[in-house]
Amino acid sequence: MNLSRTARAALWTALVLGLGVVYVPLGVVVLNSFNSDRTFGWPPPGFTLQWWGAAWRSTGVRDALWTSVQAGLGATAIALVLGTMAAFAVQRYRFFGRDTVSLLIVLPIALPGIVTGIALSNTFHSVLGVPLGLFTVIVGHATFCVVTVYNNVLARLRRTGLNMEEASADLGADTFTTFRLVTFPMMRSALLAGGLLAFALSFDEIIVTTFTAGAGVRTLPIWIFENLFRPNQAPVVNVVAAALVIVSVVPIYLAQRLSGGDPQTR
Amino acid sequence: MAIEVRDVNKSFGTTPVLRDVSVDVASGSLTALLGPSGGGKSTLLRVIAGLEHPDTGTVRISGVDATRLSPQRRNVGFVFQHYAAFKHMTVFRNVAFGLEIRKRPKDEIRRRVMELLELVHLERMADRYPSQLSGGQRQRMALARALAVEPEVLLLDEPFGALDAQVRKELRTWLRRLHDEVHVTTVFVTHDQEEAIEVADTVVVLADGAVEQVGSPSDVYDNPANPFVMRFLGPVTEIGGSLVRPHDIEISAEARPGSGAATVTRVVRLGFEVRVELLVDGREAWAQVTRGTAERLALAPGDIVNIRPTPGARSLTLTGA
Repeated sequence: MNLSRTARAALWTALVLGLGVVYVPLGVVVLNSFNSDRTFGWPPPGFTLQWWGAAWRSTGVRDALWTSVQAGLGATAIALVLGTMAAFAVQRYRFFGRDTVSLLIVLPIALPGIVTGIALSNTFHSVLGVPLGLFTVIVGHATFCVVTVYNNVLARLRRTGLNMEEASADLGADTFTTFRLVTFPMMRSALLAGGLLAFALSFDEIIVTTFTAGAGVRTLPIWIFENLFRPNQAPVVNVVAAALVIVSVVPIYLAQRLSGGDPQTR
Repeated sequence: MAIEVRDVNKSFGTTPVLRDVSVDVASGSLTALLGPSGGGKSTLLRVIAGLEHPDTGTVRISGVDATRLSPQRRNVGFVFQHYAAFKHMTVFRNVAFGLEIRKRPKDEIRRRVMELLELVHLERMADRYPSQLSGGQRQRMALARALAVEPEVLLLDEPFGALDAQVRKELRTWLRRLHDEVHVTTVFVTHDQEEAIEVADTVVVLADGAVEQVGSPSDVYDNPANPFVMRFLGPVTEIGGSLVRPHDIEISAEARPGSGAATVTRVVRLGFEVRVELLVDGREAWAQVTRGTAERLALAPGDIVNIRPTPGARSLTLTGA
């Protein structure tokens, strides 16, 4: 397509402005984590690793990080199992209400977190009598983490069809062997992509977490929120935020590469 | 008989796909299932392989009733139109798959796989992944993979359907030669009558889920059982209420026994052959003649000529047409 110089310049400006709105503040967060001025004076009078050190030594941060990792891993594990099973059921079998089931599986990712949060909290607390804690956080996160795994696996199954498994059966492999040697390897990168996205979703979730965590369970985002307005914690909060930016970029980047590329080579 | 299919019926939902199909495939033969798309030929092949279960009827393979046997236990090799290559395995591992499942000794697997790769001219591609092969190479790999387990019958579902015309032609000739070397009973599905005639020694014509005719290629071409088969197997034209092959029409200047008058409307040269478009009793027809004939008669639009079916030509009378 041919664009005039002006049009080209205008489009580039729009692109830079649009991306700038998102990424400049993030850059400021990362820069401020090295800002030697404790009130984030701008431009920074100097740079220091002091806040990173303080964050590293803070037990509050470490406990919160560990809780978040546990919650993320738990929710991802549940999502991998349930999401894969659901995708197989919907893609490989015909049953009454299949489309409805598919919609109901995907819906939680679009539901407002506050609604999911209140609903789960009520059900756990009042109906089931389950004490709120890490377990309820994991279940809460799993409700929407399932969606990313489900979508990835479903797309993969749709794209590869049944022929590879039929070929395997024709060559003498039983159902289990076929799953082990053909179906699972074919889904591996989709599972990894779905799992990474699920983990990233869980890791920075705050709304559902607030309602399902109860007292004493503090994930990293919750810790940030609690310490946000304590002036002497501000530099450490900023470091944690900067770290979170970096930690979230990696899984998303990997997931995109895995689901975009051809899955044949390791 | 290597394969005996008896009275097989199969429906998908309420749509019948196979209707009372009975087919025999002789041991060592190379049989084509030929017909238009949606005619049921792929379904029949999948029923033979055990990938679909017939609603009624039986399938016997090498004399054994296989109707209720799973695909794993039928000992048939199946080649899919889109190769169904295991993308995460090298060419070598793909071909070795069936042998590894059967837990054959490693050195035997190695020897057999290399033998097969040589047979399909892929010996240098053993360590590549399927994505690094061309379509034709992938299909040859799929064939080697199916042959590795020494199947009693080899089934190919539109094996060349996804390839371009040039590669298709090469692979056709190659499949014929391969069959002459290996002698495994082979059934392949195609909608291309030229492919069926060129490669197969028996042609089964299927349409609307029913067998229209079974015979040798020249049989189905020269003695079609009905107008459908005649039309499907080659060009036809209609003269005096009969279907005739255009190359079976004789054009002459003077009247001959059994001939009738026709007006030439157009003369089209297609290299070696000439297509003569005619008007016979107000109906359009055409004849295929050699360049020599066209020049000898100096055919030109507007000429009145005499035409008749070549003595001995097969024609089919159309009833109610």
